Amino acid sequence: MNVHSTSPEFKQNAARALNDSQLQKALGNVKQGFIDKRRMAADKLPEFEALRDSARDIKNHTLEHLDLYLEAYEEKVRSSGGHVHFARDAQEARDIILTICREASAKTVTKGKSMISEEIEINHHLEANGIRPIETDLGEYIIQLRGELPSHIIAPAVHLNATQVEEDFRRVHTHLDAKRDLSEPVQLLTEARAVLRERFLAADVGITGANFLVAETGTSIIVTNEGNGDLTQILPKTHIVLASLEKLVPTLEDASQLLRVLARSATGQEMSVYTTFSTGPRRRTDADGPENYHVVLIDNGRSAMLGTSFEEMLRCIRCGACMNRCPGYHAVGGDAYAWVSPCPLRGVRTASVRRVDQAGHLPNASTFCGRCESVCPVRIPLPKLMRHWREREFERHLTPATVRSGLHLWGFFAKRPALYRLATRVAMGALGFAGHRRGRFSWLPMAKGWTKYRDFPAPQGETFQARWKRERGGSSA
Amino acid sequence: MNDLPLHGRPVKPRVGLFVTCLVDLMRPSVGFAAVKLLEDAGCIVDAPVQTCCGQPAYNSGDRGTTRDLAMQVINTFHGYDYVVAPSGSCAGMIKAHYPELFEEDPNWRAKADVLAAKTYELTSFLVDVMKVTRVEAAFDGTVTYHDSCSGLRELKVRNQPRKLLASVEGLTLVEMKDSDVCCGFGGTFAVKYSDISGAIVDAKARNVEAAQAPTLLAGDLGCLLNMAGKLSRDGTRVQVRHVAEVLAGMTDDPPIGVAKAETVK
Repeated sequence: MNVHSTSPEFKQNAARALNDSQLQKALGNVKQGFIDKRRMAADKLPEFEALRDSARDIKNHTLEHLDLYLEAYEEKVRSSGGHVHFARDAQEARDIILTICREASAKTVTKGKSMISEEIEINHHLEANGIRPIETDLGEYIIQLRGELPSHIIAPAVHLNATQVEEDFRRVHTHLDAKRDLSEPVQLLTEARAVLRERFLAADVGITGANFLVAETGTSIIVTNEGNGDLTQILPKTHIVLASLEKLVPTLEDASQLLRVLARSATGQEMSVYTTFSTGPRRRTDADGPENYHVVLIDNGRSAMLGTSFEEMLRCIRCGACMNRCPGYHAVGGDAYAWVSPCPLRGVRTASVRRVDQAGHLPNASTFCGRCESVCPVRIPLPKLMRHWREREFERHLTPATVRSGLHLWGFFAKRPALYRLATRVAMGALGFAGHRRGRFSWLPMAKGWTKYRDFPAPQGETFQARWKRERGGSSA
Repeated sequence: MNDLPLHGRPVKPRVGLFVTCLVDLMRPSVGFAAVKLLEDAGCIVDAPVQTCCGQPAYNSGDRGTTRDLAMQVINTFHGYDYVVAPSGSCAGMIKAHYPELFEEDPNWRAKADVLAAKTYELTSFLVDVMKVTRVEAAFDGTVTYHDSCSGLRELKVRNQPRKLLASVEGLTLVEMKDSDVCCGFGGTFAVKYSDISGAIVDAKARNVEAAQAPTLLAGDLGCLLNMAGKLSRDGTRVQVRHVAEVLAGMTDDPPIGVAKAETVK
């Protein structure tokens, strides 16, 4: 199973994605569907912009007092009969999860949708240790059958079509009648439902992520549209909640404020179909629920972001509104951007968690158009953070040598206005003359990236500053 | 400031034109169109010797060079009542980002704040500050307008160019789909990630064509060079111009990427 970061191979992936006509069609759906729905949901709620401010403030407050809320949360989980485990990095998290699964003598583990589980690559680790993980979110289930990575954080299989899914189901569900009709999407859904129902009942451990952890009550909250999260956490004897530190919020009231912006920003729904709260293991009076309740709180680089310019990234509530508006994402999709952060700005987080040299292209592959920031429910200044990352790269001399030397040469002239004026006057005169017959160049040395897809318009010839000096006799300043 | 202030601004303000490096080098006629519009609005315009706002360095992570260039711009332009650029991107750099560059230097931070407060994109300066409601210009035909990202999202330039275009005699504006979506230029992005940039500008070109306007306008030359280059490569006959050229009635020069000889016939 290919679960390794391909970010450094970003350019090849991008080129491949651009030639994938099926993918391109699927990406068209992301573009319209999510954007229109979010706009309608936001327009219907007059206080939506105020809610975004409030969401930002709640997250900022929590991050400022994270130690306090972590302690309060841990105390509440313990007093409700659950266990809290702190994992400094992915390896520690994997070890803790494996130990819990072994204590439960687990053979199969059902999983609700969880981006943090992708980040720590838990499926691979469980498989390597003889435990079978089964994704229960339909999109994640399909992705798992195909051995792929999610291409979108809230719609992991958005890059696929029904025919591809049918082929996968026929390949994997070999116990079913080979002649069955799967031509309608609803038939695919019904089949997945039936297969997954068996898995839910057989699972020894259920693993879910968390959208929020509430310090006040020790509660974890997940939102789903399929109800698979409920079955994952209620049916098995052991429930493990995987969550990163920044999922904490102080109170239930805070969580409900954030829920008001989450679904609207993600899918345009007012609320997700299911919003599920779980607090500790089953009590004597409860009709159902797990016997054992574990929370694995994962740091994996996040506490190192506190107090830095990247702290603001920790406000993220994983709605995906940014991706849905990213022209780069629209062009090549999440597979090219790869790993758990399938777009350039999520690259900020990928880059923060991973090392700067491994993040490679992610924070660079953006035009800084700012459409992401304009819809972020917690107002993360994404272009600014990507730029900070580029600064870090530049300081560490990881910026490509050609870019550095180009910048250096340009900077040399730009800092010397008189020389600049003379040099550009000569250069533009020559370029203008060379291009005056056609008005444009279809090929230019040093600009192949540009001329591969578009012409380079020829300059008019004389520079503004030369003509200004000629006509108006220079500046008075 | 030798004139009496009216509503807090001089009657004949002295405007330093930040011509932008792209207009300076590639299409000076845009700069002269801006000068005409500003003078018609009652400004005294000057264009001091200048180079670049520093954005290429800023967006490549080179903060040192960016700061040097920002200080150069601050020194050059501090004496004017206003600084105006025919570009949302460069005006946005000065207005939104220069102050950030000097977070740890209170002296320069104060100077950057002063410059930021008096810097404007051309159409927003005309409409919001000079209260221009109409321009004396004629343009025979239908145009569509692309909203460049920095101007739109950093400076909220959206209605101002449309308001002025509405006063141009003979001009009809039709909106294209996704006029507020990036054209894929992104400065060095267009060269560094040319495959992705190419795909983004392709989507833009299809929307421009679908609008069926023979002329495409925008307020930033970077975006215009990108879109004009794509449209001509694809063999479309859409003419591409900076919005200032049309507003100033200075459309004698051939459109972007078109030779003089082609327009004569």
